[in-house]
Amino acid sequence: MIEPLLTSRMTAHPADSHTIARYEATGGYDALRKALKMKPEEIAAEVKASNLAGRGGAGFPTGVKWGFLAPATPRYLVINADESEPGTFKDRQLLERDPHQLVEGIVIAAYALNTNRAFVYIRGEYPRPARRLHAAIEEARTAGYIGDDILGSGFALEVTIHLGAGAYICGEETALLNSLEGLRGEPRIKPPFPAVAGLYAKPTIVNNVETISNMPWIVTHGGAAYDAIGPEGSRGTRLFSVSGHVERPGNYEIVMGMTWRDLIYDLGGGVRDGKALKCWIPGGASAPWLTPEHVDEPITIQACTRLGTMLGSGGIVVMDETTNVVAAALSLVRFFAHESCGQCTPCREGTSWLERILERILHGRGRMSDLDLLLDVSDNISPGLRWPPAMTTICPLGPSAVSPITSIMANFRDEVVAMIAGEVPAGV
Amino acid sequence: MSEMVKVTIDGVEVEVPAGELIIKAAQDHGTYIPRFCWHPRMEPVGMCRMCLVEVETPRGRGLITACTQRVAEGTVVHTKSEVVKKAQEGVLEFLLINHPLDCPVCDRGGECPLQDQTLSHGPGESRFVEEKRHFEKPIPISDLVMLDRERCILCARCTRFSDEISGDPLIEFLDRGNYTQVNTFPDEPFASYFSGNTVQICPVGALTATPYRFRARPWDLEAVESTCTMCSVGCRVSVQASQNQVLRLLAVDSEPVGHGWLCDKGRFGYEYLRSPARLETPLVRGDDGELREAAWGEALSVAAEGIKGVVARHGADAVAGLGGARSTNEEAYAFGKLLRGVIGTGNLDARMGDALDPALMATGEARGLIGDLERAKTVLVWGPDLKEELPVLYLRVRRAATALGATLVVIHPRVTGLDREATHVVRYRPGEGAALLDRLARGDGDLAAVREALTAGPVVAIVGRAGLTESPDLAAAVVAFAAGLPDASVLPVTRRGNVYGAVDMGMAPGLLPGRVLADQAGRDELAAAWGLSVPEPGRDADGILAGLADGSVRGLLLLGADPVAENPDRAAAVAGAEFVVSLDLFVNDSNRAADVILPVVGFSEVEGTVTNLEGRVQKVNRVAPGIGQSRQATEVLGDLAVLLGGSLGGPADALFKEISAVAPAYRDITWDGLAWSGGRDGILASNSGLSLPRPGSDIDSPAPGLALHLGRVLYDAGTMVTAGPSLAKLAARPMAHLHPDDAARFGIEDGGWAKVSAGSGEAVLPAAVDPSLAPGTVYVPFNFALALSGNSVEVSAATGPGDAP
Repeated sequence: MIEPLLTSRMTAHPADSHTIARYEATGGYDALRKALKMKPEEIAAEVKASNLAGRGGAGFPTGVKWGFLAPATPRYLVINADESEPGTFKDRQLLERDPHQLVEGIVIAAYALNTNRAFVYIRGEYPRPARRLHAAIEEARTAGYIGDDILGSGFALEVTIHLGAGAYICGEETALLNSLEGLRGEPRIKPPFPAVAGLYAKPTIVNNVETISNMPWIVTHGGAAYDAIGPEGSRGTRLFSVSGHVERPGNYEIVMGMTWRDLIYDLGGGVRDGKALKCWIPGGASAPWLTPEHVDEPITIQACTRLGTMLGSGGIVVMDETTNVVAAALSLVRFFAHESCGQCTPCREGTSWLERILERILHGRGRMSDLDLLLDVSDNISPGLRWPPAMTTICPLGPSAVSPITSIMANFRDEVVAMIAGEVPAGV
Repeated sequence: MSEMVKVTIDGVEVEVPAGELIIKAAQDHGTYIPRFCWHPRMEPVGMCRMCLVEVETPRGRGLITACTQRVAEGTVVHTKSEVVKKAQEGVLEFLLINHPLDCPVCDRGGECPLQDQTLSHGPGESRFVEEKRHFEKPIPISDLVMLDRERCILCARCTRFSDEISGDPLIEFLDRGNYTQVNTFPDEPFASYFSGNTVQICPVGALTATPYRFRARPWDLEAVESTCTMCSVGCRVSVQASQNQVLRLLAVDSEPVGHGWLCDKGRFGYEYLRSPARLETPLVRGDDGELREAAWGEALSVAAEGIKGVVARHGADAVAGLGGARSTNEEAYAFGKLLRGVIGTGNLDARMGDALDPALMATGEARGLIGDLERAKTVLVWGPDLKEELPVLYLRVRRAATALGATLVVIHPRVTGLDREATHVVRYRPGEGAALLDRLARGDGDLAAVREALTAGPVVAIVGRAGLTESPDLAAAVVAFAAGLPDASVLPVTRRGNVYGAVDMGMAPGLLPGRVLADQAGRDELAAAWGLSVPEPGRDADGILAGLADGSVRGLLLLGADPVAENPDRAAAVAGAEFVVSLDLFVNDSNRAADVILPVVGFSEVEGTVTNLEGRVQKVNRVAPGIGQSRQATEVLGDLAVLLGGSLGGPADALFKEISAVAPAYRDITWDGLAWSGGRDGILASNSGLSLPRPGSDIDSPAPGLALHLGRVLYDAGTMVTAGPSLAKLAARPMAHLHPDDAARFGIEDGGWAKVSAGSGEAVLPAAVDPSLAPGTVYVPFNFALALSGNSVEVSAATGPGDAP
């Protein structure tokens, strides 16, 4: 087991890991000094060599994404800190407990991307993380890490924090950009991708908090060192937020390739009260569920794709044998229906329809025809019900609401049938 | 011409312009892809998801919205595959689950895209057993538009229109997800001059127009295509009537003019046609001095005898005719022929003293088209506030400045609807325009950047009179300047309905039909064609009104004209005329004292041609009979001619044939050609050899104190607004706008009262402090029966209406 890349400081110094004094005392901003002596394209090359994959959900290789940035100026770096996926709370910890690591990452990334303006979009429900980051930015400005002439290098950067107003959809990068521009938080049609026409129609890179927090380590140790950690295709460490029916919920930074059994039973302390494991969500509410037959599968991007799901945002929700899966699915579908921005017909109408069908079933008013209806309505949002999902919508929010439906229908159809037939008590 | 690419649509290879949207390319080749949110005149948003098709990609077929995807060489599209069919049925089912399905009581029923596409592309039955979404309904979002949020399918056509096209984004999406709704902002109604367009483009019955709600079923409507004559833009319309009554106007998309949009005055103004105040019977002044109803025969003979009497006593030069700007070309032509050929007077004018030099309106020199705005690099607007006077031209200029990236220069005494989109805005005091033009031409000081902007051609210059106190010579001077700008297209604009057509028909003293100068040669040629003598040019509108005042003009014929409205200081002169005959739809301030009033038919009741500000000749058509005993004006004029010993030559189509023969600019235009090959775009009158008028050197008359700016507003106190209930309640109230410095000087507060005196008139008006004015300028909207005239004005504080300190 290697030393955690992102969380060792906060673990060793829980009282003051968020301060610049502690950060500098533990090697902070050395990576920036090194970076500013490199050429921007050399840093981008290191990031590409690291094979770091984005930690926001899609898992797209960061170096490749950076490579798409159009040459036009001005250009922008936007940090997506709108961590809203149910069961995901890793970025919160990075923001709260080690904000300078993110700030240093932002300055390095901005330098590598040749931009002088970065924005951090933090969900409005994260007041403490926002305050901590704000304080860190002010400290960094005072110390000369942000400003007109950073550490005498001539490189200038301004960082602006923007608080979201309570919409999950603003975590989708183009909805985030609309929101940042003061428009309704609605995803844009792609192409054009933000790297070509993003914020204010200028080339823009949108990266997740955890992704950018890796920059200091990669600059310090080199892309090759990062690429040496973990299995091919799933390099580096990742933070997973483990919640639900486990003994020790929390954030765990692990090297990918570990099995689900290791994470749930060893790190998470096992299913609570000694109950049996029923299923778990492997990567945020949008991800199709896994079941006990998968506990010895490795935690890698590739294995998840093979099993028809994803590591997504790293939010793992464990459900034990007592779980009413219809209620669980309803809870998730209701979330997506509530968070649908409303612009695409299938998502606006379909997610609410799914919610109401599940509600009916749960309250004892289900019909056997609902079994097919649930799947067919789902199919009209995500044609073919395959993974990765096809979409009749602009963004993947609609198809995300389908994941709980396909999960219960594939794994627990008997329970749904029994509930409709009145064989198990309805209600929650 | 854009490059063509080969595209395969449902297995058929077709050639389409590169970059065309799939939905458009398919439609142009006979494949209709269902859609709700896509509108060809607006930016695609891909929201409704109805137009999903499969497109082949290197990773296999993918579902994609045809309204957002552009074609490239080799694009392969499947619009009818099983996957597409399932997706489209799915979207329709989603759209219908919360739709009330109240088609039997919905205005849209029978012409509803949701209804139609459900039949063609939708599922047969609903599987939705839940309760539908509910909103309070319908809610008025303006005086003209009602919103039913349950019927709404959230396609964003209305919100995009108000944002993108009309530039008054007063409706928006509120809330999100399943609760998303269109609505106005609190306390801000959808007060747009263009709100009716949202009703027309709504693909369901969510937006309905209060004047039309529950008035008809679409299949009961009889429709004709026609041309709106509310202003001189000449938008194409479909006029729709039931049981002989016009119930609505819809815009018809024409590329050169309207782009499928209308202003609300054009769309809802038809209500005046059924006003109870409309004349149904001829009126003759009786021995008691009162107007009494009369039979047509009696009224016509009284009219003819009266005219004969004036001619016998004072000579034909003592007779004058005003009108034609609200008429068809045929009516104006017949009027002119009656006046010149039969009565023998050269005193005639279709302009009410508020228009432009007729030569400017008829010249071909540097003359442009509205469509030139599509390729303009620079647009100069120096003249009326287009949003108030020529609203759809405003939309076209706005499009040039926003969607097409033209540099816009606006010069006007106060803020106009286009200022927000303008790169340069210049203000001046009425009466000081020529001095400004001199400085602009030289690029003096702060005008250097404006002058520089005007060097980037093609330049489109839209030039007219900013207000009524301004000399028409200024517009002529600006046109002369603009004609010299690079690759210039000049549109000399003035507002009244068919005033260009009337001038083309010779209803101006210096011009004969067909843009011919009324010189000896022109008169000889016309006289030969008519077989009648043609008198020398006489007085124009100002001259006629002055003649009425000093007694040199004694007899007056009015054809749909109300000169007192434009010249309130001449009310007594018109009332005191020896003999007045008026052909009109209403009694008004000009014919109230007339000797004979002959009721004639109006818009939608007459077939004929009209000519817009570009010189575009289009048909107006008849869908309803006139009311009561009202008759076609051409017939009435013809009967008068016979009683006066002449003849005009028959009904409208025969008159138009004569126009084609007599009027050179109309030589290539035929009645049938207009109906068929001219079609939607009309036919342009050919450019005459008339050169630009030479403006006098003494244009400016700076006001010694405050300068008065009388500008028009769309909803004024004119008959077409006040005689229809829907628009009448929108009529603005007149106010005196003062620059903050002037307001302070006179101790007048915003919302207070000001006494305004100009010319022979004075009024006490609510005061508005208006920082957009040049200091020393007072703006009062025109046509509210205020007898203010001249460009010099005096102002003092007042404490209330009808009250002076």
